[in-house]
Formats: sequence, structure tokens, C-alpha cells
Amino acid sequence: MLQLSCPWCGPRDETEYHYGGQAHVPYPEDPSALTDEEWAEYLFFRDNTKGPFAERWAHSAGCRRWFNVVRDTRTYQVLAVYTNSDPRPAVRFGAEAGGPR
Amino acid sequence: MAKPLPEHPAWLWRDPDPKASYDAIVVGGGGHGLATAYYLAKNHGITNVAVLEKGWLAGGNMARNTTIIRSNYLWDESAAIYEFALRQWEQLPAELDYDFLFSQRGVLNLAHTLQDVREATRRVNANRLNRVDAEWLEPDEVAKICPIVNVSPDVRYPVLGATFQPRAGIAKHDHVAWAFARACDAMGVDIIQNCEVTGFLKDGDRVTGVETTRGNISAGTVGLVAAGHSSVLAEKAGFRLPVQSHPLQALVSELYEPVHPTVVMSNHVHVYVSQAHKGELVMGAGVDAYNGYGQRGSFHVIEHQMAAALELFPIFGRAHLLRTWGGIVDVSPDASPIIGPTPVENLYINCGWGTGGFKATPGAGWAMAHTMATGAPHELNRPFGLERFVTGALIDEHGAAAVAH
Ligand SMILES: Cc1cc2nc3c(=O)[nH]c(=O)nc-3n(C[C@H](O)[C@H](O)[C@H](O)COP(=O)(O)OP(=O)(O)OC[C@H]3O[C@@H](n4cnc5c(N)ncnc54)[C@H](O)[C@@H]3O)c2cc1C
Ligand SMILES: [Zn+2]
Repeated sequence: MLQLSCPWCGPRDETEYHYGGQAHVPYPEDPSALTDEEWAEYLFFRDNTKGPFAERWAHSAGCRRWFNVVRDTRTYQVLAVYTNSDPRPAVRFGAEAGGPR
Repeated sequence: MAKPLPEHPAWLWRDPDPKASYDAIVVGGGGHGLATAYYLAKNHGITNVAVLEKGWLAGGNMARNTTIIRSNYLWDESAAIYEFALRQWEQLPAELDYDFLFSQRGVLNLAHTLQDVREATRRVNANRLNRVDAEWLEPDEVAKICPIVNVSPDVRYPVLGATFQPRAGIAKHDHVAWAFARACDAMGVDIIQNCEVTGFLKDGDRVTGVETTRGNISAGTVGLVAAGHSSVLAEKAGFRLPVQSHPLQALVSELYEPVHPTVVMSNHVHVYVSQAHKGELVMGAGVDAYNGYGQRGSFHVIEHQMAAALELFPIFGRAHLLRTWGGIVDVSPDASPIIGPTPVENLYINCGWGTGGFKATPGAGWAMAHTMATGAPHELNRPFGLERFVTGALIDEHGAAAVAH
């Protein structure tokens, strides 16, 4: 199982968390102005990256707060953890080389 | 002196080098890719076809699924394509001249709550209207069909009844792939393994071929049938898909005497179990929550489904887990597949089958071949195009239950 480090509570097992999918997907500023295509894009289309992927997790069995993780979807290695108010950290593609699996 | 090894048995298909050009290229040598090539040749007379597989034939989800075949889906569109596939399964062993142990031992979908019961009876009625065999069973009737299911009211989630589809069952998935591969090969289709598609040759908005680890190959038409890697390929071709790739795990026990005569699925406690011909108990459940391309998942997911299996089948208390594994499944927003044209001309897609596409293998191949050969969807896949995410005409099998696998 994954071990993730909540920014507020520290390292905990995956079973304490809830997955939230791709991070940095803002709610449309003016939803009624969207075309059907744009609305479909917002509702149904998400990146499905093979490699470092910025995603959301909630510490649902702990402090109940949401935060972001950059995780390599090939190796499942966690490359960065950051709060919603932090910018997405720069993670080089392939940064995991030699790192723990 | 060591005894010489026995002769290798006859190969089921040739191992050709890629030609410079084909009328049709199918990307992905899993069940759906092989079935697509088979029906391109058989139904449409298009035999100058290559199936390009980055690894070995059917080493992806085709070799990793729990082989449940059924057609008791709620919505008309789903019932149509899954029932079409089931009717193909019923005669494919003869057509392909290959006994892949298709066993119509029936599937029970258990109901554990009032909501389950209502959903299940509604689905039975919907199935019957679609001429899909379906019945509602009370707990004592469940016990008659599968005596090892615990139907005592004295458990956390008692069995309140079940739907039963007698024509459902299991088959030997790798043999299905080999049967299709042999038949494709005999009709002239080139099956090319260790050949990864790395990009697309395009003339404006039209695809004219593929770039591969074994060189460029031109093609009149290209079909993407890459399951968990569909998004990766779509991105290379310049469009996006509404699918997410997740690990899906399964497991088998050691070999036991036959104890389990049917297939049991429970969405509520979340496990499904059958017993393979050799004797392993085969179990699976839901996807790991996170996106992943690693062909492995987290162990707590395995623990959860084993706990569910033990509650339903107390007799498994002393069974030993032999091995677990994972595949990469392409999950769509409405738990229904995407089969049809793409924004790129002459490029077609079959994906989004997620956790339940093995049962559809012949139907998916039939529809995809028709779409590639004629440029237009078949009746079976017309409702399953990419455009439904814009029009909103979703085929929502997620909530409609009995959906997993
Ligand atoms: C654990 C598990 C249990 C399941 N249980 C069931 C079940 O009980 N019943 C059911 O109906 N379904 C089940 N499924 C789902 C079913 O297995 C899939 O929906 C189905 O196999 C997908 O079609 P496929 O066979 O063509 O996929 P795959 O066998 O995955 O074929 C896709 C192929 O594309 C290849 N590929 C990918 N990228 C490239 C590239 N760039 N170039 C060339 N080739 C490429 C891959 O190597 C792979 O061989 C299960 C799946 C899993 C993982
Ligand atoms: Zn926390």
C-alpha cells in the first residue's frame, strides 16, 4: 500500500486517505458561458498521465484536509507533497531514476 | 546424458516481420485487438491487416481478467452489445475450432440491502424485455444453486436474494486469444509482437500510418485497441479521451476439489468468485482508487475482497492464497465503452471497457471491425461514440449496478 505524508499529520498509510484525481482543475469562472464541448471537457476529461502526475488526496481518517501530491503513475513513487496554497513544484520527468520504489 | 527436449508443438501463428504497408493496422494484441482483426478479415474480407503488440500476445488485461462472461446489463444499449457477444461466445468454439472451455455455469448477482433488491428486480425486468435470460431468486433458491454461499440471516450483510443469468459463465482467456490469433493468421493477418507504436504518421488531420519500435508502417486505416494505454496513444495522435487508467487486481487460491458450481458476484460486500477448471478459486473486486500504469495495486484492496469472500463463503476459511496480480484498466465516466471514430480521420478507437471488457470481446471486435471497414459505426456501437460526452447521452452503467466485471 502507498504511504503518503499529510502536510499536517505526517506519514500515514494509504487507507487513511481518499483519492481525488487530477489536481489543478479549477471550476469554470462563468459556467453558463461554456459551450457544450467546454462543459464536457470540464466534466469528463482529465489528464491520464503515464509518469509524474499532480493529484489530490484527502486525509479523510485524519485531519480531513485536502492536499496535492506529485506521484509517478508508472512506479507509484511519491515525488512531492504540497498544500493547495503552494504552486505545483517542478518535478523533472524521470526524476525518480534510482529512487526507492 | 540428458534426455533431448521434446519437439516444440506446432506454432499457432507465424512470427512475421512488419511489411511497409497494410490496409488496416490494429494497435494492441489483446482480446479486442485480435477479435477486431478476425472480423476485419472474416466479415469484411480485409486480410492485409497487422496487429501490432508492444509486448507478447494477450499479455495485458486479456491474460489477467477473471473471465466472467454475462450480458445482464441494465440499459438497452449495453444489453444489446453484451448479449450479441454472448451469442457469439456460444458458437465461437465451433467457429474457431478451438475448445477454450466456455462454461455456461450461470452467474448470481447477490442482493444484500433493500436498495440492492429493488435494483436487481428492476434489472431482471429490463433484461427480460431485452430477451436476456434473467431471474430473481430468493435466498433458499440461491443456496440450491450454490450451496456454499452463506445465506444465513445472521451475518453483517445477509443475502436477501440474487439475480441469476443461467447462460453466463467463464472461459479460458488465454485460449480465447490463441484461438482468435490462429484464425487471424490463417486468413493472412500478420500478428507482430514486440512492436510498440510510438507515434502516428499524419497528412493534415488524416492518419496515414504508425511509427513503431520496428520502423514506420503505413496504413489505410488504424484502430486503437490498447485498453489501459489508450490515453497515451490518443495523446500521441493529438486528441484526448475521457478515461482514467487504474490498477485492477485479482487473485487465485491453490487448487481445490470442485466446490463452487457457478459464478457469484456481490457488489455490496464487493467480491466476485468462481472456480477455474483446474481448481483455483478466482477472485476479484474493484479498482485501486488511484491512477496507475504499474500493473500492480495495494494489498489492502486484496485484504478487503478476501474479507468479503470469507463472509460469503465460510468454507474458504482454510484456503490458501496462491498469487495476486494486476492489470491496467481504462475506466470511462459512465462505465461504458467508447467505440467509434476519433477527431483524426481514418483513426478509430475501442476503449473504456474498464473492469468488464473480456465478456464483450467478440462484440467489441465485430463492432470495431465494422467501424474501421466502413468508416461508420455498427448499430451495436452507434450509442457508444465519443460524442456522447458532449451531447450528454451517457449510458450510465455505474449506478445501474451489476456493473463490475
Ligand atoms: C484483474 C482483472 C479482472 C478482470 N475481470 C474481468 C471479468 O471477469 N470479466 C470481464 O468481462 N472483464 C474483466 N476484466 C476486463 C478485461 O480484461 C478488459 O476489459 C479487456 O481485456 C480489455 O481488452 P483487451 O483484451 O484488448 O485488453 P489488453 O489485453 O490489455 O490489450 C491491450 C494491448 O495493447 C497493448 N498496447 C498498449 N500500448 C501499445 C502500444 N503503444 N503499441 C502496441 N501495443 C500496445 C498492450 O500491451 C496490450 O496487450 C478484468 C480486468 C482485470 C485487469
Ligand atoms: Zn492530515
